[in-house]
Amino acid sequence: MDALWDLLRHVHDAYGVNLVHFYDGFERGRLLRGIWTTVKLAAVCIAFSILIGIVGAWLQTSRQRILKAAVKVYIQFFRNTPPLVQMYFFYFALGPQMPRVVNDFGVPQPMFGSFEWAVLSLSFFAGAFNVEIFRSGVEAVQKATVEAADSLGLSRWQIYRYVVLPLAVRICLPALNNNLVNLAKTTTQAYAIAVPETLFVASQIWSDRINVLEMMVTLLTFYLLLVGVFVWAMTRLERRLRVPGFGQ
Amino acid sequence: MKRLFATLLACMAGAVISAGPALADQMAIIKKKGVLVVGVKTDYPPWGTRDASGAIVGMEPEMAADVAKRLGVKLELLPVVSSNRMQFLQQGQIDLMIATMSDTPERRKVVGIVDPVYYASGVAILANKKANIKSAADLKGKPVCALQGAFYNNDLQSKYTGQDLVAFKGVTEAQQALIDGRCVGFVYDDVVLVWQKAQESKWGDFEVVQLNEWAPVPWGLAVKIEELNGPWGKFMADVTADWLKSGTLLALEKKWVGSNTPWLVDATAKAKK
Repeated sequence: MDALWDLLRHVHDAYGVNLVHFYDGFERGRLLRGIWTTVKLAAVCIAFSILIGIVGAWLQTSRQRILKAAVKVYIQFFRNTPPLVQMYFFYFALGPQMPRVVNDFGVPQPMFGSFEWAVLSLSFFAGAFNVEIFRSGVEAVQKATVEAADSLGLSRWQIYRYVVLPLAVRICLPALNNNLVNLAKTTTQAYAIAVPETLFVASQIWSDRINVLEMMVTLLTFYLLLVGVFVWAMTRLERRLRVPGFGQ
Repeated sequence: MKRLFATLLACMAGAVISAGPALADQMAIIKKKGVLVVGVKTDYPPWGTRDASGAIVGMEPEMAADVAKRLGVKLELLPVVSSNRMQFLQQGQIDLMIATMSDTPERRKVVGIVDPVYYASGVAILANKKANIKSAADLKGKPVCALQGAFYNNDLQSKYTGQDLVAFKGVTEAQQALIDGRCVGFVYDDVVLVWQKAQESKWGDFEVVQLNEWAPVPWGLAVKIEELNGPWGKFMADVTADWLKSGTLLALEKKWVGSNTPWLVDATAKAKK
């Protein structure tokens, strides 16, 4: 490995291509931590947003008017405001109102940090879209299928869990993938509230080391790879879940 | 096209001629004109700003006024910004520049930066008193707010905090995060922090701690480079030395900034020796 770093150092000296974020131990360390933070943030947000989507779509089928209205308000709020504004709102407006805990250095700190607020805001943002995506799947399930399940004596939750949802997921998977890919990319906005994710770290490095061009190429390549791997996994899932003859 | 080219050529020739060595001594010219034109900032309170009536006020305009008084001429202040201040001086639109300019070797090749330098800004932390920060060494393992892209960020993280900084795009966000308790302190230019602490009551529970790990960068006032060793440059060198020795700068800083920076206290003490 050291030989590779030496080679990159040589490339910098000889050709002026500054890949300091690979060969310098400190810069490499913080870039890797940034990448890990991005992956963690994306994974947690994807999981939460799917959960929100499933529960939200189920509540939309509820007979209770208040529940339905609550879901509608939630969707309108999160779908009609930009994610960056939400993040600022959560971090700077809502954050300081939270109960404070005195940390080790004697400073009373609000309960949630920037990472937690990023998770909350991004999950609810993507979740609002996911509710609508799951609804599109739920509504596409044949009424006769639901009636058949009903006549077998399944409860409303059982019908949703065992009959409607498995079919709905298959129908809405392409749309869901789109939204989740978008979510993975929107994690870069956590940069604004100082979550040390990839873009945040990269901007620190390029302003310290003045290697803007090299950092931009590295960043773009990283996101291309990250989203590429995710899309590949989701396509495989789509293929595995395929029911022969269904939806044709 | 040809005519445009000819005009450009003529302009360039004119620039070359006018950029030649000063034919007359600037000091005599100023006295003959009866007006001293000084380039100052209007976007950097409290060093150079505009008051409610639109007049240019601040620590540096007041220094300029003192120069005019010593020469027995009228003062004219001309607003400059960082990107044009050296050109204004080169083109002779101003006789003197006092515009928060950091003293660098590159700039010394372009304009005549007068020694001694009159001011400097270093790095300090506006720290929560409860965190009990005394130096950069105390920042180990603690969340520290900063401005994205500041020159000391790398050192601060790699040598002292050992963890990612809580860095924001703007000063306002970083200071809000500090007030909200997201970090133990905000690292920034010391002179600005000292001034803000004195200005704004919300910083009652915070203190400005100088971080001597970073050497202060001096600010220099400047004359045309050809004048630096002439009577005008020498006069300004004497004036600056006198400002330091007599404590004029300390008094002006106290008046405009609210309190004194260690660099100026130190420079004054050295000048008195």
